[in-house]
Amino acid sequence: MTVARRNALATGLRRGTVILVLLALVIFFSLTSDRFLQGRNLVNIAVQNAHVIVVAVGMTMVMLMGGIDLSVGSVAALAGAISAGLIARDGWAVGTAMAAGLALGFIAGLTNGVLIVYGKLPPFVATLAMLGVARGFTLVYTEGRPISGMGDAYTFWSRGEIGPIPAPLVVWVVIVALVWLLLTRTRFGLHIYAIGGNEETARLAGVPVNRVKLLTFGLSGFLAALAGILLTARVFSAQPQAGAGLELDAIAASVLGGVSLFGGVGGIPGTAVGALLVGTLGNGMNLLRVASYPQQVIQGAVLVMAVAVDMYAKRLERG
Amino acid sequence: MSTQPLLHMTHISKSFPGVQALSGVELTVERGEILALVGENGAGKSTLMRILNGVFAPDSGQILWNGQPVTLHSPHDAQRLGISMIHQELALIPYLDVGKNIYLGREPTGSLPGTINWSKLYAQARQQLDCLGLDIDPRRQVRFLPLAQQQMVEVAKALSLDARLIVMDEPTSSLTEREVETLFQQIRALRAQGVSVIYISHRLEEVFAIADRVAVLRDGSLVGCKPVADLTPEQVIRMMVGRELSQVYEKGDEASAGDVVLAVEHLSREGAIQDVTFRLHAGEILGVAGLVGAGRTELAETLFGVHPATSGTIRLNGQEVTIQRPAQAIRSGIALVPEDRKAAGLFLRMNVATNIVMALFGRLARWGIIPWARVEQIAGDFVERLDIRTPSLQQRVRNLSGGNQQKVVIARWLTLEPEVLILDEPTRGIDVGAKAEIYRLMHQLAGRGVGILMISSELPEILGVSDRVLVMREGRLVGEFDPRTATQDDLMSAATGSGDSGRNGQ
Repeated sequence: MTVARRNALATGLRRGTVILVLLALVIFFSLTSDRFLQGRNLVNIAVQNAHVIVVAVGMTMVMLMGGIDLSVGSVAALAGAISAGLIARDGWAVGTAMAAGLALGFIAGLTNGVLIVYGKLPPFVATLAMLGVARGFTLVYTEGRPISGMGDAYTFWSRGEIGPIPAPLVVWVVIVALVWLLLTRTRFGLHIYAIGGNEETARLAGVPVNRVKLLTFGLSGFLAALAGILLTARVFSAQPQAGAGLELDAIAASVLGGVSLFGGVGGIPGTAVGALLVGTLGNGMNLLRVASYPQQVIQGAVLVMAVAVDMYAKRLERG
Repeated sequence: MSTQPLLHMTHISKSFPGVQALSGVELTVERGEILALVGENGAGKSTLMRILNGVFAPDSGQILWNGQPVTLHSPHDAQRLGISMIHQELALIPYLDVGKNIYLGREPTGSLPGTINWSKLYAQARQQLDCLGLDIDPRRQVRFLPLAQQQMVEVAKALSLDARLIVMDEPTSSLTEREVETLFQQIRALRAQGVSVIYISHRLEEVFAIADRVAVLRDGSLVGCKPVADLTPEQVIRMMVGRELSQVYEKGDEASAGDVVLAVEHLSREGAIQDVTFRLHAGEILGVAGLVGAGRTELAETLFGVHPATSGTIRLNGQEVTIQRPAQAIRSGIALVPEDRKAAGLFLRMNVATNIVMALFGRLARWGIIPWARVEQIAGDFVERLDIRTPSLQQRVRNLSGGNQQKVVIARWLTLEPEVLILDEPTRGIDVGAKAEIYRLMHQLAGRGVGILMISSELPEILGVSDRVLVMREGRLVGEFDPRTATQDDLMSAATGSGDSGRNGQ
């Protein structure tokens, strides 16, 4: 095989893996469950995973830059709880309370960024600390009990419809599109890839590395907060343990979508498909009445398989 | 135009904990001048250039740019003045395409703020590459380009900065002779336009081919700065090392042609080498010349089992051996000192002793327990034998100079007492003094009956050190030469496969 052809195959394989696995799952579930392919179920998949996709998009930005954000699940819970509490306990207007939740997420993310950029902490450590801190604040604020009673204007964002389309679907499609444009069309996006590719080179080329890092972690926090609000709206209440493990789903979706853990490689379309794959797998297993504990085993196995194919393709590429 | 020099660095001093890196260095660069900056590793070249690039602030001294004192806080400041730097280690981002790499940090703005005008970016990149006579697609990802082309992209990047002064740190370390000549033409064209160049290189032939003046640093001080016409290479070497160096290329005793230790017949690996047949005698240094990409490294990797051969035979001392993995090669007595010692040869964060003994741990350990006293003893022996300069056996290898790092890698393989030692570019990025020591070491080993296969892109080195020279082109052996009678032109024309006798950098 010529080098060019092998490269083309390898690149195709790397881009295509996640789509192939998703197709395989769709075929498998439509053969084993007659409810799977029904329109309502497909809409369910798109709606129920809105928060995962939104968080995964933020995680992808951070990972492309060579970082990681472990705090997203906790930040989501905190933003959900605060926005719900401001409405239910303090009588804030829904819009103001949601804006406050989103701002809080942005600030939490920015704090991660400050610890990483100026405190020189590794992203893993800084965001692990934030994972604990944000969860702790959530537990203190909620006193360990769910907060409910936010009203329709709040739950609309996970339960309502914009025209004929479910609102959460609109939300995630818009977010995916915006961040995709951000990464592929703007200077900021190029600089994220550059930092992930080689931070020192980027710095020497005059890329404002610190600013890009701060903003990227801030955006990841912002998107985590948005996910928290979607999640809170979907279950009609802010749960103190909401979003636990969400960071792992987001990392899994990104990695499945072809984002490198070392930065510089990957993109939003891959991540979106990766997140849908995670969602489809969960949905299909629910339909097949697989118990929730073994579901995690299967999810782990699928992740390993997809990444193994990716590593193989990478070896092919290098020749 | 003012009569001030373009750049005047005056009384520059800089110390780091425990080291006086620079003391009172004076350096001037005129407009349209090529100044070569030479010195052994650790002489202070990179510190001086980092100060010029705004990475370090000097402890004392001043930088005058067009006669005006300037303070540089970052590479960005330097860039704005018109100082641009091409680093020795490639500083490109592999997963970005050529155009993005060239214009990173100064992308042309598109119709909306924050966006990028892609078509303008690629058109400018195309123009920049055309200027250099490079046929490279600006939309191609850098990782798919051969090393030499990547280097040229770096050059294109610096030129695109409209620099008034370009610092090139070992720009030719991975270029072929032909590409070096292209680069030199470009540098001369720049000079004609009034651009100045500080050219850092260990290769004195290049310095004498391109530079107007030579500045020599030793131990953090400027020991001289003279027009190249007033100097000979021997004088420059003496200034660099501070002593008489008998000869860089020191022949060992006339090689006593021993028995054939390695016999390779019809060795092929798809897409890499084809039908390679040669013999290596005990005590012989066999040089392998060729252009970058001619299959020399691939040959070494095949012999060492990194990528197994698809056909052909390898015999060691007459016995046919199967080599599918490096472990088999090692067991058979073949050792490889790879081209990129940092990536494939060294554990940079581990200490000297561990690095030297790494390959022996399996044999030394009893019940999995490492006898550290014995390790230190063995490592100490080799440090002494190879004259590895390190403050202690506990020093991290990362902190040693390039030449001493190379000796550590060689020491590791010597612990296994190999019969065949393959050295891939053994002196790349190593200063003159250390080079001479590596050559001496090679002759010593050959004297003890080790067969040495030396791959090198430096023709003077190939001719100066080898007992016999093979030339490769497109994966095949295309010639065998006697270095006592062959010239650089002979090797080049064999390597390029043209009657046109290549270039020899003079």
